Amino acid sequence: MKYLPLLLLAIVWETVVQLGLISRDLLPSLSDVARAGWTLLREGDLWQNGAASLYRGGLGLLFAIVIGGLLGILMAWWRSVDAFLGPLVEALYPMPKSALIPVTVLWLGFGDGSKILLIFLGCMLPVTLGAYNGARSCEQVLVWSARSLGASRLRVLWDVVLPSALPELANGIRTALALTFVLLVSSELIVARSGFGYLIGFLGEGGIYDAMFAVVLVVAFLGFFADRLYQRLMDRLLAWRD
Amino acid sequence: MARLILPWISILGLAIAWELFARSGAVTPFMLPTLTTVLERMWIDAASGELWQNLGLTLYRALTGFAVAAIAGIGLGFAVVYSRAARWLLDPLISVGFPMPKIAFLPVITLWLGFHDLSKISMVVFDAIFPVVTATIAATLAVERELLWSARNLGASERELLHEVVFPAALPQIMTGLQVSLPIALIVCIVAEMKMGGIGLGGAMITASRFADSPGVFAGIVEIAIAGYVLVRLMALVRRRLLAWHPETAAPATV
Repeated sequence: MKYLPLLLLAIVWETVVQLGLISRDLLPSLSDVARAGWTLLREGDLWQNGAASLYRGGLGLLFAIVIGGLLGILMAWWRSVDAFLGPLVEALYPMPKSALIPVTVLWLGFGDGSKILLIFLGCMLPVTLGAYNGARSCEQVLVWSARSLGASRLRVLWDVVLPSALPELANGIRTALALTFVLLVSSELIVARSGFGYLIGFLGEGGIYDAMFAVVLVVAFLGFFADRLYQRLMDRLLAWRD
Repeated sequence: MARLILPWISILGLAIAWELFARSGAVTPFMLPTLTTVLERMWIDAASGELWQNLGLTLYRALTGFAVAAIAGIGLGFAVVYSRAARWLLDPLISVGFPMPKIAFLPVITLWLGFHDLSKISMVVFDAIFPVVTATIAATLAVERELLWSARNLGASERELLHEVVFPAALPQIMTGLQVSLPIALIVCIVAEMKMGGIGLGGAMITASRFADSPGVFAGIVEIAIAGYVLVRLMALVRRRLLAWHPETAAPATV
């Protein structure tokens, strides 16, 4: 019910085009877009390019979560690491990561590698900061109690610090997830031979606008649903908190 | 004092590490030119005026887009809070649009508005407006009821209420939204320039990349990093200025 305006917007879109108020060259009708999307789906273009994008995004994000998360916890746990890396993270955090697109291409070429590296570099710092802030917020009393009960430092890190860092870490990963889509689509739009972004650019340059609109909508809604799904998952995983 | 110096030390460290690593022979000059080469390149571009032309155009597009996004975003935010119809219409659009990768619409915007400044600026507005709208809504809803009651009691009209009470009370959070949206404006502008080519920092970088001109690419990165940093700092200054009356003012509020 809440999304009724979206439905209305879709109806307006369709009627405006059907009535000829907007040229079909500028805005293909929604039904044409749906038909073109279905064709792309049936002929496999959407799957092939989607798989390429998913692979790049998934791997880049995975590296970012593992390495970035580890880095954040290390920074929170050892003061010397913090003193060394903290200012660096702070200085690099506002740096716009999409600017690295041409560099990653210079390093790794047009293929998967450059996108994975870009997504890893772009998504790492939000995860690092999330893990860092989360681990820092861990109550000192809990750490002391665990230590006095005979837990080793590593054990405390795993059983006490990590769980209390999770909510903030989860927030960092949510930012990283959204960034993954942005970086993936931008880099594929600019330089790629496969992937959603490539497909959008390719169809657009070929003037096949109904199919282009279909892929744009698919990507946009994938981004939206990924975020929703992630939130659902985290709500469930972190239900033990309160 | 240490807080002021420390970041510079680590940036200096990064610069030295870059220079040494590039000179060590572990990587080819193509993969990573030395920092001195890159700075020299920036100097040449600055002297020939090319740098200022690219930078000026990029900043013009990004800041125009940002200004439109800021004004329209604050307006829409107030509309959502105060008008039932606007809320009904915009609420779902915002909640669906916010997590979307809006850059995917770049070719659509190009189709509609062509390759000129207008399409790039529109892309910036489309992307940068969301943080402003959501921040404005959250900020306005959080204004204390007591403030509104007192102002009404003292005879303020609804218009005065918005001007004199709601807007100032919501300003800190709105500023936070603007601070999130400014770097987005810059980067979206650069990505749009990379896609469409032509004059501008993004276009210059992608041209350099096509011609395998790696000092040119790295010069672009350094320029964008500096431009982004300066914008973020300026925004923090504006915040401190505008919120001089607010208790938070002492706290640093960079993104």
